[in-house]
Amino acid sequence: MIAQHAQILVVILPLLCAPLVLLLGKSRIAVWFTVGVLSVNALLTWWLLLQVLTIGTLRYSLGNWPAPWGIEYRLDPLGALLQVMIASIAAVMAPFLRKLLAEEIGSSRQYAALVAFILLTAGLLGIVATGDAFNVFVFLEISSLSTYALIAIADKRDALLASFRYLIVGTIGATFFLIGIGLVYILTGTLNMDDLAVRLPEVSHTNTTQIALIFVTIGIAIKAAIWPLHAWLIPCYSYAPRGIVAFLAALSTKVALYALARFLFGVFPLADMPIGSVLLEILQLLAIAAMLIGSAAAIAHSNVRAVLAYSSVAQIGYITLGLALATSAGVTAAIIHMFNHAFIKGSLFMCIAILATGSGKHTLESLKGLGHRMPIVGIALLIGGFSLVGVPLTSGFISKWFLITALVQAEKWIWIVAVLLSSVMSIIYVWKIVEAVFDKSDDKQVRSYDLSVDIPIVLLAAVSLYIGINSSALVSTAEQASKWLLGMP
Amino acid sequence: MALGNALMDASSGLGLILSTPFIGASLMILVRRAPVLRDAVTMITSVSLFILVAMLPSNSDGAVFVLAEPISGLPISFGTEPFGKLFAFIASGLWIVTSIYSIGYLGQKTDPNKTRYFVCFALSLGSTMGIAFAANLFTLFIFYEALTLVTYPLVAHYGTPESRNGARKYLQILLGSSIALFVPGIIIVYLFAGTLDFQEGGVLNGKLDPAFTIPLLLMFLYGVAKSAVMPVHSWLPSAMVAPAPVSALLHAVAVVKAGVFTITKIIAFIFGWEMLASSPGANLPLYIAGFTVIAASVHALQQDNIKSMLAYSTIAQLSYVVMAASLFLPIGGLAAALHIAAHAVAKITLFFVAGAIYLKSGYTLISQLNGIGRNMPLTLLAFTIAAASMIGLPPTAGFFSKWFLLQAAFTTESYFTVGVITISTALNAAYFLPILYRAFFKAPNEDQKSFGEAPWPVLAALLFTAALSITFLAYGNAIMELEAPIFGSIFNKYD
Repeated sequence: MIAQHAQILVVILPLLCAPLVLLLGKSRIAVWFTVGVLSVNALLTWWLLLQVLTIGTLRYSLGNWPAPWGIEYRLDPLGALLQVMIASIAAVMAPFLRKLLAEEIGSSRQYAALVAFILLTAGLLGIVATGDAFNVFVFLEISSLSTYALIAIADKRDALLASFRYLIVGTIGATFFLIGIGLVYILTGTLNMDDLAVRLPEVSHTNTTQIALIFVTIGIAIKAAIWPLHAWLIPCYSYAPRGIVAFLAALSTKVALYALARFLFGVFPLADMPIGSVLLEILQLLAIAAMLIGSAAAIAHSNVRAVLAYSSVAQIGYITLGLALATSAGVTAAIIHMFNHAFIKGSLFMCIAILATGSGKHTLESLKGLGHRMPIVGIALLIGGFSLVGVPLTSGFISKWFLITALVQAEKWIWIVAVLLSSVMSIIYVWKIVEAVFDKSDDKQVRSYDLSVDIPIVLLAAVSLYIGINSSALVSTAEQASKWLLGMP
Repeated sequence: MALGNALMDASSGLGLILSTPFIGASLMILVRRAPVLRDAVTMITSVSLFILVAMLPSNSDGAVFVLAEPISGLPISFGTEPFGKLFAFIASGLWIVTSIYSIGYLGQKTDPNKTRYFVCFALSLGSTMGIAFAANLFTLFIFYEALTLVTYPLVAHYGTPESRNGARKYLQILLGSSIALFVPGIIIVYLFAGTLDFQEGGVLNGKLDPAFTIPLLLMFLYGVAKSAVMPVHSWLPSAMVAPAPVSALLHAVAVVKAGVFTITKIIAFIFGWEMLASSPGANLPLYIAGFTVIAASVHALQQDNIKSMLAYSTIAQLSYVVMAASLFLPIGGLAAALHIAAHAVAKITLFFVAGAIYLKSGYTLISQLNGIGRNMPLTLLAFTIAAASMIGLPPTAGFFSKWFLLQAAFTTESYFTVGVITISTALNAAYFLPILYRAFFKAPNEDQKSFGEAPWPVLAALLFTAALSITFLAYGNAIMELEAPIFGSIFNKYD
């Protein structure tokens, strides 16, 4: 029974867990209940991934209404891989959040943040799980609304402002997306994504389809923070509660990029559409701009969270570039980097969150010498930093290897120069942080943390190292996912 | 059966060689509270590494030891090969000497970072072994990057703003150039050749448009910035903020030789001699290296800081090796191998001397060295021998390596190379001889303090390496025999 419904359970479990945590309120059980549910959920996604890899795409009709009339949940290799990523990171981060949230926003409102965190997880998982275009919108909103709440819960004016800004921009994005979906629905009378892929080619040349594609792309690009629509991301990553930002930075933009890939390759008949190739070219250009401008801005800033936020803008550029190549190798590289970057940025923001606990500040100055005081966090930070640069034996190197391979195969020589330039720039901003954190001249007294904080950090950093040493499982899954996405046999 | 045994030996031998420095480093961390024990571990590790390298059977084909496979089809694998064995032999042998020197050099001061120093030293040697025995370009690259990262704390050892700025430049140039040019170069080779294994005759032959051959080689030449070809040389003078033994072993032997070793391996076993010799623009790398030789020698002439002068001299000498390899002949490869050995023993002596002088007198400038030969006669004797080797006077090591380089140049009738060697020899003399004159014949400065020779471990180390420079005849033949299978015998031509 469970096996049969596992696909929907992955989304339902956290959705049910959220109100229960609210009822449990301030009691200590709430946190461990959350950790338990999210862990079970993570195990389910692993099991689903194995299922998908052995027997192929899984389909599940909600309420037994057959598609395309009913809502269909569909799990393909890409979705299964991302679900594993989302559910695992959520499960690992939950105990970490418990500690940090209690400290930063007080235990009285800690459970409220926890509820929003669980809803956010459910929303992210839902986006990936569903095969229905309108359902994507619904889950996008669930995740966005809980994100607004999570950012605003930090008791700072800056955070409120950041949250409000994101609310405005995010709503515009959601509206764009909804209009796009609406146009497609008018044209075809269906919302099932597979069904859309069958019906849209008949109307691929109409203006309405072109406009729908533009609306959908812009709407998702805002959520994915693709340059120049990234402005909301910087204040959010800079002012959100320290623990929350690690989760946001790891996952929220990745899931939007998944949606982009899904709509570009799995719904719209891009090859038949007059604007299809133009759109891909534009996305490539934006990706290049994101890499160069994002890295340059990261070098310029001295607030570590802003540095990492701009670095994310640049890294999103790498992923977008891979997707916009629309080749099997390019999409494979994008998927690999989507996965790797989630773990890298997640662990980096966690490290910074811990290092900044003492002072509450995030300038390079305030972090000086802390790496010696907290060696485990320091080493995890080093691994994350190396990974961002693309040092061999870290996952970042694997990402870059496949991205450059894809670019060489597509003969995009100028893009290669841009990618390499941005990588070289990443050395400068990563080393700025590393040097400050390991500066021995400044000796600060800091208090130590317990294992519930160290273990999540070590786990995420270990993923980065493991993939750097043995990437074959990830790469073959990503290859399978990209073949499926591009409709190749 | 006998072959099977030999292969198994090579495999377990490689495993031991690669793990020894890392085991040593871990032990040093464990016994960090007992300095004597830690120094003993350093010595034992370096001696056992040297013995293991010496015992390793050479000439087994292909990869014999596979560590992991980060990307499917691209294993981290190792094999024994004469050129790599020579490099490993030099580096591990000189590590013993440097360890003795380091114990004397750092022993003078209470230094809280001493354990980190010895640990990073062991890790650097481990990375160097990985470079030397790499069976494919991918493995070599991984250890090349590792070497950059583990030497960073050594360069930044003193932790002053000045040393951190120097170390930052060191890291950024080495890491930046390798990511910007080395990585894409490797990917291009892999996509065209389908393999990254080092193979005799190269793997790219007939698979790459000849027009792209030299541009691709230039990507490697600048991507492997450790070989310090201009304009990616500036990290080396910056790295001189490091303590003297670090400059001695890493920036005269392990790190810089890793650069020219990589270039030579790429030329010989990725491209292949014949392919490069027949490519359009084949002389370009030679001209770039030749220009570096002259320009760096002129720079060296202008330096007053001893270590800066030695750094520029190293840049020039490294480009000798690049020139030798860029003749695209097996005999050029032999000249490259010999010059790596000859320059290593001479330059490490010079850095040891600079460190000994600094230790006893605090002098860092050439202009301060007036009459210092009277205070430290043995030290300056060692300096004289090493300087003679740098200039190329017989019977020092430098004479023999230059001899073979000239022979290779005449074989290809590359009169450019001959010209560069001639001019650079004159320049070498012009910046080393005045120092000797100053040290032995000028009257000491009036404010000269009185001091004697450096502590015995320091003195013993530098005298030993100086002795290696004049006894080249005793072991030069052994090097040539070792390298004969891959670079051919120097005497073949006359058979």
